[in-house]
Amino acid sequence: MSLMLTPSQTVGPFLAIGLPWPDGPFVVPEGTPGAISIGGLVLDGAGAPVPDALVETWQAAPDGSFAHPDDPRGPGPGAAGFRGFGRCPTDRDGRYQIITLRPGALPSGDGGTQAPHVDVSVFARGLLDRVVTRIYFPDEAAANAADPVLAAITADDRRATLIAAAVPGSGPGAFRFDIRLQGGRETVFFDV
Amino acid sequence: MSTELPPGPAGLVLPSYRRPAGVHPALDFPAYRSSLLRAPKRPPVPLAQGLTEVTGPLLGAERVRSADADLTTGHGGEPLGERIILTGRVLDSGGRPVPDTLVEIWQANASGRYAHGVDEHDAPLDPNFDGAGRCMTDSAGRYRFVTIKPGAYPWQNHLNAWRPAHVHFSLFGRAFTQRLVTQMYFPGDPLFAQDPVFNSVPDPAARERLIARFDLGTTQPEWALGYQWDIVLRGREATAFEAEQPR
Repeated sequence: MSLMLTPSQTVGPFLAIGLPWPDGPFVVPEGTPGAISIGGLVLDGAGAPVPDALVETWQAAPDGSFAHPDDPRGPGPGAAGFRGFGRCPTDRDGRYQIITLRPGALPSGDGGTQAPHVDVSVFARGLLDRVVTRIYFPDEAAANAADPVLAAITADDRRATLIAAAVPGSGPGAFRFDIRLQGGRETVFFDV
Repeated sequence: MSTELPPGPAGLVLPSYRRPAGVHPALDFPAYRSSLLRAPKRPPVPLAQGLTEVTGPLLGAERVRSADADLTTGHGGEPLGERIILTGRVLDSGGRPVPDTLVEIWQANASGRYAHGVDEHDAPLDPNFDGAGRCMTDSAGRYRFVTIKPGAYPWQNHLNAWRPAHVHFSLFGRAFTQRLVTQMYFPGDPLFAQDPVFNSVPDPAARERLIARFDLGTTQPEWALGYQWDIVLRGREATAFEAEQPR
């Protein structure tokens, strides 16, 4: 039996009615030991902030496990209070931020290793379908160099759009990841 | 039959999800004015589905109350408008139901006004309607909402532009690859022909799949009109393991 898919439509300008959760940005509860923040701006092709976007994240636990039956390695211990999923609408200045734990590295299908990463979906008025990107970490140079997804993006300036920046003066746990929907420094988006 | 998966080249056998060729709108669709500065200009980079993509959040039950599926209650009185029952199944393209998955909806009120500060349409708000609902699918993948039929409303996309009446839907499925946000429309709407959002779906047959079906069997006498709308998410390919099983 094969059914035809339901097409995507834009999330529109009024997603704030139905989609934000009070605890959405907290992949782990605030104050969790080892918690990090990842945040930044969503920008349009003119460099203007996008104040009506929704950023969602999905990632492995610090031990590289997923609480999901389709992980053939089985469930790992994970981390207390860790949901894996984050959801944050942008504010009037186009800002989002999630609080999470650093994901672990993952085996890739070809025997290699994927560097620690966070999968991201962005929804917004003007986007007829979600766009998908990935956040990698700036202090994982060796792992990033061996990552097959990053390696497939040969242009340095394009690959750089996928790597978060440490926020100066904010300690080791604060990362900035801007998402440029369009333009010369357009973020790399993936077809998954 | 053993449920143990044979090790692949890396000891890792993952499901994979069929790619939705030709179904979803192109992001770059100038007739929809909001896309002009927001749609990426570069083609997306193909990403091999790995552990992060074939897993996904299995959540929602703890954040849904049964009352959340009835948008007509929970306020001081009943909202104005045509009461409707909106129900259907969430399936994957293999025809399998998607049980226990979170469905979130939001919509305008009966006069075509959203309960949101950005909506400047000169139509009345309804103090008894905020337009947000959520529920979990049951073991057969079925969802069910009670709400009111949303009104059409004007927008600034082009001269005399009006959105057909619609309800926004958000679905998770069971994997990151299955995530879907879409809109459900009502049958016979005269506004379809001039709506760039509806018509952004390239295949006319796929557009039809966004339209609910009026169903007298779902309609409750003396109380509410019934609509049925099934939602189909990306399905899993047969794994190499399944394909190798004797028939």
